Amino acid sequence: MNASLVATLAKVVGPQWVRQQPSERATFRADGLPTHEAMPGLVVLPGSREEVIEVVRLLHLAQVPFVARGAGTGLSGGSLAGPDSVLITLTRLTRILAIHPEQRRAIVEPGVVNARLSAAAAAFGLHYAPDPSSQTACTIGGNVAENAGGPHCLKYGVTTNHVVALELVLPDSAAMRLGSRQGEPWGPDLVGLVVGSEGMFGIVTEVTVRLEPLPAAVRTFLADFTTIRAASTAVSAIIASGVLPAALEMMDQTCIRAVEASIYAAGYPTDAAAVLLVELDGTQESVEGEAADVERLLHANRARTVRGASTEDQRARLWQGRKKAFGALGRLAPDLVVQDAVVPRSALPEVLDAIAGIGRRHNLTIANVFHAGDGNLHPNISFDRRDAAMAQKVEAASREIMAVCVAAGGTITGEHGVGVDKRQYMPLVFDAASMTAMCDVRRVFDPDQRANPGKIFPSYACREWRAGGVR
Amino acid sequence: MNHDPAERLRSLLGRDAVEQKATGIPYVTPDSAEGIAVACRVAAEEGWTVRVEGNGTWLPPDAHADFAVSTRALNRTVDISPADLMATVQAGTSLESLRRQAAALGMWLPLDPPGRPDRTIGSIVATGTAGALRAGLGPIRDHVLGCAVVAGDGRRLTSGGRVMKNVAGYDLTKLHVGAFGGFGIITDLHLRLRALPSADVTLTAQADRDALTFSARALGGAGLDCSALELLSPAVAARADWTLAARLLGTESAVAATVAKVRRVGDLAWQELPPDESAAFWGSVNRAWLGGAVTLRMGALADSIDETIDLLAGLLDEQLVSAGAATGGVRWSGSAEPDQLLTLRHRAAEREIPVTLERAPWRVRQRVGHFGAYREGVGNLVGRLRTTFDPRACLRVALEEVRGG
Repeated sequence: MNASLVATLAKVVGPQWVRQQPSERATFRADGLPTHEAMPGLVVLPGSREEVIEVVRLLHLAQVPFVARGAGTGLSGGSLAGPDSVLITLTRLTRILAIHPEQRRAIVEPGVVNARLSAAAAAFGLHYAPDPSSQTACTIGGNVAENAGGPHCLKYGVTTNHVVALELVLPDSAAMRLGSRQGEPWGPDLVGLVVGSEGMFGIVTEVTVRLEPLPAAVRTFLADFTTIRAASTAVSAIIASGVLPAALEMMDQTCIRAVEASIYAAGYPTDAAAVLLVELDGTQESVEGEAADVERLLHANRARTVRGASTEDQRARLWQGRKKAFGALGRLAPDLVVQDAVVPRSALPEVLDAIAGIGRRHNLTIANVFHAGDGNLHPNISFDRRDAAMAQKVEAASREIMAVCVAAGGTITGEHGVGVDKRQYMPLVFDAASMTAMCDVRRVFDPDQRANPGKIFPSYACREWRAGGVR
Repeated sequence: MNHDPAERLRSLLGRDAVEQKATGIPYVTPDSAEGIAVACRVAAEEGWTVRVEGNGTWLPPDAHADFAVSTRALNRTVDISPADLMATVQAGTSLESLRRQAAALGMWLPLDPPGRPDRTIGSIVATGTAGALRAGLGPIRDHVLGCAVVAGDGRRLTSGGRVMKNVAGYDLTKLHVGAFGGFGIITDLHLRLRALPSADVTLTAQADRDALTFSARALGGAGLDCSALELLSPAVAARADWTLAARLLGTESAVAATVAKVRRVGDLAWQELPPDESAAFWGSVNRAWLGGAVTLRMGALADSIDETIDLLAGLLDEQLVSAGAATGGVRWSGSAEPDQLLTLRHRAAEREIPVTLERAPWRVRQRVGHFGAYREGVGNLVGRLRTTFDPRACLRVALEEVRGG
């Protein structure tokens, strides 16, 4: 990286907030996905919105690409920066600027950790609903970039359903405020467009979110099944009944056994083909009524046993296995790829069968722990990245899993984003004209394509399709 | 090459596909998305302008253009699935038609937009016009999983998909929802449906506006599960006084419990509407907006609806007005000149409240635009986005106000 640029940036953020040495930069060479790495040319950690704008302005003048990063918990390689790029880490922008309990809104800086916002809102009887598994570490800014989800998004919606306004710093350093505090778009819905754009339109420096009231009552059930198909049918039956659980999660046998063999053992039956966690929340009356319905539906759909929990301790125990599943799976092998795809709920049994077949064919351990209520699968593949042949099999299996999900009417990612990991799968879901239109939209915000370059689209896509028309 | 729009379109789409009304412009009703794409491609080639219509019952079909394209023949339900609670419909499908099909399968699309029940789904989505149910079930964007559009130059583009969660690619669906067709003509929609609730109860109470907003705040603070809590002016509710209407959806026991709680909060005399009257009441509320030539919505928070209605009363009137008492949002209908509307928009903008023109004669739309009073830099972005989707400016959509015009 150009020495004078580094010196100028150091003046803006302070020399202690610039990481230039290879050993310092190496910390930032991957996110939560072990299959991709890139070494950023430089890392800067601005301490304020103003410093972010000034850094972006200097990079604009120097025409240097940049990548915004939060806590680095992403699962698609979305915040990887190459040697020609500056990584702008936003973890120092941690202020909760305001909580307006009357309006059920909070205004936060992008580096605020997801769970910390809910903790702060709890004092007012409110919480921030999207709850990615990494919520004790991941940042709201990262959630906005990826349009993150989580178990409780079945009822409450994902990040985009909770962001009403934001400030976006464009790659030319112009800052603009989008949206309104009420949630009505101010003009076309640019907030909706920016959420999930994976940092390719600029850097979000302030986010206004909706807060939801903490439910008066919560009831959690754990049901176990002797076949995946029975568990999947139960999922469809519950949703079709009109009950909308706060969460409806499934774990398969491989995952159950990994959990039960770990320090996170939650008492899940290890001989079950699958367990379902069903959480209901709302008023006392609605939860009681729905609980009776759900229990009946679980039994009617051949649940072997159904355990209920209504106290905080009991619920925490039932959830423990689910929340720590990824940690438990980490024990099976040195590396774990947490895949992400979505299928129509009705396709769950066939798709899960097909994924099991893919695992067998490649001799890979694939464990499923996922948001069954909205068909959002997380097939987890355990492997050892030092074994090149095995890493290749993981790649091949991932591709096959994506193809199966798309063929079933689904998509290649429900909440992790495309990043670098899934660029190659984009043509499975979008034709050339639609991807070119997306690239054109990006150029409206970022004509030089310097914000998080090389993400989402296959590298040949925008260039070739633009020059040569539709393939 | 024929440079008469009607003849050219006939040669491409067939003689029967083009009507030439005695006083109007050539009028095309393709029965496929490709037909719409063909019409847009020829418009882009020739530099012709296109007016887009659904059933023509919400926005007046009066934009000046070289020819009109209607989506009303695109009225097929492509897929409807109770197991997945989703439907794929062509944009010209009417809300009423989808309601009937979904209800037969135990489902519904929880939208209660202003206007007539035969409005097309495409119109509802393109104008982003939600009704009282937005309070509990979310704005229009929350019900749209994906869409296909024809861009102004005839490109056929897709975004999103048919599954409940999807972050593949940029969320261009959000851009099309509520953009009044400024970025393309919506031809197909993937919609999220819900299971029909077993109980659907409407409570109404009448009093003066201050008393109702006070009680509404108490109800909001009590954490009650209301799918709608709407403050309605006497003319909208067709009642003698202002009305607070609560709609409660869910299981029988949960709704019964909420009804009991609503009755306990505040000191309003609540009246429970019989089921047949309930549907008629909300239908009448939705049709009431057609009583004025101009309809607009304002993004006001629930705690500022009083001052927002006061602002309306001062600059326009407070005849046809409603407000989301729990989650905000104010709608107004009436007669107004462009200057009055622009004044309202800029006064509201000072209070950080956006004003969206939902419906008006072309003469008014052209001047006031659906949107305006943007914050710095936003207008430039929107303009460039439009050029991206409609490079030859074929789509006659008055997206933005004409400043100083």
